[in-house]
Amino acid sequence: MQNINTGDTAFILISAALVLFMTPGLALFYSGMVRSKNVLGTIMHSFIIIGIINVLWMLFGYSLAFGPDKFHLIGDLSWIGLRGVGAAPNTAYAPTIPHEAFMIFQAMFAIITPALITGAFAERMKFKSFLLFIIAWFVIVYIPVAHWVWGVGGWLRNLGVLDFAGGIVVHASSGAAALAAAIFVGKRKGFGTEPMIPHNIPLTIIGTGILWFGWFGFNAGSALASGALAANAFVTTQVAATAAVTSWMIVEWLKGGKPTTLGAATGAIAGLATITPAAGFVSPSAALLIGLAAGVICYYAISLKFKLGYDDSLDVVGVHGVGGILGTLSVGLLASTAINPAGANGLIHGNSSLIGIQALGVFAVVGFSFVASLVIFKVVDKLFGVRVEEEDEITGLDLSQHSEVGYDLSGLGGSAGGFVTANAFSAYPSEMPSVSGEAPLAPDNLP
Amino acid sequence: MKKIEAIIKPFKLDEVKDSLSSIGINGLTVSEVQGFGRQKGHTEVYRGAEYTVDFVPKVKLEILVDDGLASQVVDTIMDAAKTGKIGDGKIFILTVDDAIRIRTGEHGDDAI
Repeated sequence: MQNINTGDTAFILISAALVLFMTPGLALFYSGMVRSKNVLGTIMHSFIIIGIINVLWMLFGYSLAFGPDKFHLIGDLSWIGLRGVGAAPNTAYAPTIPHEAFMIFQAMFAIITPALITGAFAERMKFKSFLLFIIAWFVIVYIPVAHWVWGVGGWLRNLGVLDFAGGIVVHASSGAAALAAAIFVGKRKGFGTEPMIPHNIPLTIIGTGILWFGWFGFNAGSALASGALAANAFVTTQVAATAAVTSWMIVEWLKGGKPTTLGAATGAIAGLATITPAAGFVSPSAALLIGLAAGVICYYAISLKFKLGYDDSLDVVGVHGVGGILGTLSVGLLASTAINPAGANGLIHGNSSLIGIQALGVFAVVGFSFVASLVIFKVVDKLFGVRVEEEDEITGLDLSQHSEVGYDLSGLGGSAGGFVTANAFSAYPSEMPSVSGEAPLAPDNLP
Repeated sequence: MKKIEAIIKPFKLDEVKDSLSSIGINGLTVSEVQGFGRQKGHTEVYRGAEYTVDFVPKVKLEILVDDGLASQVVDTIMDAAKTGKIGDGKIFILTVDDAIRIRTGEHGDDAI
């Protein structure tokens, strides 16, 4: 136990909590952009994943992703149920913190990655099918990809692919799955003809703030120790996010529109996603370039869906997919061993081979995730059908999938007009509640 | 008995209500409505996707009056609600068969 560093352990546990916080943040970020009838359905798509994925992670996911290597493709089951994952550090992954701390830090990444995909099929997916897809995707795509890139013995790790905090594992893989989702699930009813206006942009801004805050745990925490490398990743994260907010606003304005709040928030997320693979390999000035490029390139990327005619509802492909790929390739250009001796030099520091390795990593993971996602969707569709009934889509996911509504501002009682059915309260037979409060005006006050 | 329905710009509501009170109108119903006429809607842009919003928010007033008062009420609304710009709204006058006060059962003009 003498190898455990308390400072490192404290930092990683706090970082894990920060990364966990990102998923409810993502729920708010996404839910503000949908129509009000789908606000809860959209939140639930992210929130329930925290529950399900962590259970699977603890049972077998961690072992398969990070356990002793099999064929350079996957871990084995020797750590099943966290057997042997305890206080003693795993020297290959994080030599100064308990193995358990590394495991729970990684759990948070496994949670947010499938949640990112949900933005692509927002407002139209059947809940049961959503659950099945997410579980299958986690097992078939996330676990192997995490092993390939981050697991000891993983084939991409062995090739020298660098992914500091998840540009490939988290963002490119979820972006590719999102493209498959948008294509397979199909457009929302009325896409391109009816207005689909974000119902609560302030909610999206709160979500952006939470994501940004949590991202410091995501990127700086990926140093897996408290110290100079974590500080560099923290700084590059902030530099890239701020640069992308700025460049997104400028390009939006120059294109003849007005500078929008939703655009500024989207720019921040694009910058954060793009710096993720590079945060611990590049200098702050390189991060500035990466952030500026992210704001401009992701801005153009999100308009592709209108040109190509697919409904990636909340722009997962344009922001996370393109951002993750851009960031991963930028490592091949701008990485420096002066920042991280465990990394490599990029093209501008005289190493021309890294960019090709990075491109191969992107190509392998994007291709695998896209194809596997299509296959999973095909199977889920055969079993349950991926889309809700047309009538349910018009009603909205909140009521049709969850029997609740996000907002009741009518002032005159519940969403059903204030009628209470007797059996709804059968658990409290002695006190029958009155119907939804008092009428707001005395009768004589009405004209 | 006449029902006056007036669709006006929302920010004119207080002015219209005060003017109607001053000529002795002691009851009206207000609702928030949306619609379109000659006034154009506006454009909203979200992540580069442009939407034209056709419907403009307005306020609808409904006032029930004796036949003799109808023209005075119309003039009062016109004076108070007018800005001279497109989108000031419209006034409709309808004949009403009867009115009943629920509490007492009174009919006709007594119920106004």
